[in-house]
Amino acid sequence: MKRFAALFAAVDQTTKTNAKVAALADYFREAPEADKLWTLALFTGRRPRRTITAGRLRDWAAEAAGLPLWLFEDSYAVVGDLAETISLILPPPTRSSDESLSFWIAEIGRLSKQDEPARKAGILDAWDRLAPAERLLFTKLLTGGFRVGVSARLVTRALAQASDVPEAELQHRLMGSWTPANTSWKGLIEAPDPTADASRPYPFYLAYQLDDPGDLGDPADWFAERKWDGIRGQLILRGGDHYLWSRGEDLMTDRFPELAELTDRLPPGTVIDGEVLAWDGDAPLPFARLQPRIGRKTVPKKLLAEAPVILMAYDLLEEGGADIREVPFQERRARLARLVETLPPGAPMRLSPGVDFSDLDMLVEERAASRDLGAEGLMLKRRASPYLSGRKRGDWWKWKVDPLTIDAVMVYAQAGSGRRANLFTDFTFAVSDGDEFVPFTKAYSGLTDAEFRQITAWVRRNTLQRFGPVRQVPPTQVFEIAFEGIQASPRHKSGVALRFPRMLRWRKDKPVGEIDTLEHLKEMLAAYG
Amino acid sequence: MGVLSFTDRGIWCEAGGFYIDPWRPVAKALVTHGHSDHARWGMDAYLSTDIAAPVIRQRLGEDIRLDTIRYGEVRRIGEADVSFHPAGHVPGSAQIRIEVQGEVWVVSGDYKVVPDGLSDPFEPVSCHAFVSECTFGLPVFRWTPQDELKRQIDGWWAANRAAGRVSMLGAYALGKAQRLLAMVDPAGPILTHGAVENVNETLRAQGIALPDTIRVTPETNVKDYSGALVIATPSALGTPWARRFGTVSSAFASGWMALRGVRRRRAADRGFVVSDHADWDGLNAAIRETGAERVFVTHGYTSSFRRWLEGEGYDAGIVATEWEGDEAAEDAGVEEAS
Ligand SMILES: [Zn+2]
Ligand SMILES: [Zn+2]
Repeated sequence: MKRFAALFAAVDQTTKTNAKVAALADYFREAPEADKLWTLALFTGRRPRRTITAGRLRDWAAEAAGLPLWLFEDSYAVVGDLAETISLILPPPTRSSDESLSFWIAEIGRLSKQDEPARKAGILDAWDRLAPAERLLFTKLLTGGFRVGVSARLVTRALAQASDVPEAELQHRLMGSWTPANTSWKGLIEAPDPTADASRPYPFYLAYQLDDPGDLGDPADWFAERKWDGIRGQLILRGGDHYLWSRGEDLMTDRFPELAELTDRLPPGTVIDGEVLAWDGDAPLPFARLQPRIGRKTVPKKLLAEAPVILMAYDLLEEGGADIREVPFQERRARLARLVETLPPGAPMRLSPGVDFSDLDMLVEERAASRDLGAEGLMLKRRASPYLSGRKRGDWWKWKVDPLTIDAVMVYAQAGSGRRANLFTDFTFAVSDGDEFVPFTKAYSGLTDAEFRQITAWVRRNTLQRFGPVRQVPPTQVFEIAFEGIQASPRHKSGVALRFPRMLRWRKDKPVGEIDTLEHLKEMLAAYG
Repeated sequence: MGVLSFTDRGIWCEAGGFYIDPWRPVAKALVTHGHSDHARWGMDAYLSTDIAAPVIRQRLGEDIRLDTIRYGEVRRIGEADVSFHPAGHVPGSAQIRIEVQGEVWVVSGDYKVVPDGLSDPFEPVSCHAFVSECTFGLPVFRWTPQDELKRQIDGWWAANRAAGRVSMLGAYALGKAQRLLAMVDPAGPILTHGAVENVNETLRAQGIALPDTIRVTPETNVKDYSGALVIATPSALGTPWARRFGTVSSAFASGWMALRGVRRRRAADRGFVVSDHADWDGLNAAIRETGAERVFVTHGYTSSFRRWLEGEGYDAGIVATEWEGDEAAEDAGVEEAS
């Protein structure tokens, strides 16, 4: 565990990419295979399942530290991470351990099969044997909340340096449903069997936001379509089965059983990139209707009827079992269109319609119409482009519509947690209603660190009242709040809930008398809700 | 109320006719130490320890009316007997003891209980009521022991020196910076930011020993100092001032470095967990040793800490003050620029 803790510390703290990659590459050269495999799994988001509830761990840690539970909770609110809170409040260890990462993971597996008193004894024993940095990692493995400040891309780059397998190839090999339990270092990295995992997806190709459409060059080189507001997904049809992957590499197959019928309608060896949308027969339903289906592993019948989904197909990655990502987009799309044509009407898949344009002005107009069509903006794809891996510039661009905005005044401030434990970052904003201010949203992001420091100093000097961690401040600081959508919400006093609210600008130039009104907010709800 | 009362100008002693660390102009201010949130402009008269006085003069001006007192000396002010006792926070920092008709109250100012090798160590003072800071009043804050800290910092500097890299350490200019200077193995040149060096000069002039340091000026040729340790204010890191040193290994020395999230946000290569405020165990030990039954907490995680003290059997309350200076604010970047 010491070696793994050292690696974690090295990649977690520095912001220097090269230092992270070097530390990872060294680790991949030197560590034992079982540990390497687990490290790779953990660093690519393959966390072991949580075997012990957070509540139990909290109880045991508070008990071992001799602290009341409420104080544990107060501390957790500041630290923002359960495992870290536990590792910080426990008394220092009295023993030490030289066991490896894979030993401790096996130990967690062993404990998970035992009754509760044995589990508790085993975990308290481990906490007492591990140094604080190792204890944090062990506890993160227990809580199933293991996350690290390094992207899968850097891990892949480091692994490429250590293994001599090309980066793009590794990226593909590391996709899918492998776990350290069902594969080996050799089977995964050194001599992989391509047929071993029928569910393995291709890395998603992601676009950057287009800043200046003038950069595109000749309009004839470009294909435009809507950027639909759903869940990006990759549908895999292989060997009579189907799999649906999210961009975050979550297997979502069972959440959207509607798509199962496509196994009968399309040939095996087909992989399609698209967008899962709630669909009313002709047009997409608002994202809010899809939302209740995201969190569930299985879907009740009622929800299936209320928010049926389709896959809006964007691209074809595999045809007849062959990887066609190198084929130009225009040709891939033509083949995709031929496939979709074979489907009967009412099948849960549609071809994402192209947007006709001959010059930039038309494109600008089409983009402006997005919100009315239930789309987030436009996607622009170079007709000759291959399907690349990851976020790349040049061939694909997203061109989202400008967000909705409203000018509001800050009324409450609360310190953040974790990264922002000692800064005020969580703010409540209000619109005016006559002489009153009506709070309508919270927002946490959008300011620079320097602005957060500035507003923190202001909050400290201008606190009117404290309610536990929340401070009431005088309604003088005006912010422009941006958001992507608005819905009616009886739970909120203002009657609305916003989607992705964030601070777009701190309007130091604007007096509070000029903020937007509740009336205006309600008009927005009527127009876009 | 008692010996002291809490007003919107500061802590007021009716019997003595003075305020402690007031934040609005008053006639007579007793000042615990020189940090800017405790020693403020505009008071008609000040009283501080003799050790704290030079820094207070440096910051508030030579022309202020400042009287001094030695640690342990008892002075009658009005109807109150007043004495100052080491708080271990920074050189000259004091807890202020006020006795009126046999009732004793102590205002801690900022304090830490672990000796730092520079300031006079914290001295427990028994009292009936204790006004305690609790900047780090949660059990997640536990500082690295001083000898381990020294090993960590010396090791970090040595590794950078071996690689020909400059080590840049961000630390609060008054107190933390000098404490680190007094602690590190002076194995190579130590450069300082102007704000740090101003304090160094003042302390040296009053006879406090510090290792040799070189003030960084626009003329400093950074190439002459590969492998040096640079001690800078936290807010100087990442600015053009710091960038002239090229690729450095950067570190912060702060109590906030105990939190992974803050370490990651500050994005330094290292974070040393060190504070001039008491950690959780320090706060609890200090309060226990006063023997006080009433405790007022201020400055930090007051609501959690008050509730905890109540559970421990104290009559505990929260005092709203405007002391949120040095470390409480340093990470938020609202420290002074002097
Ligand atoms: Zn202080
Ligand atoms: Zn203070």
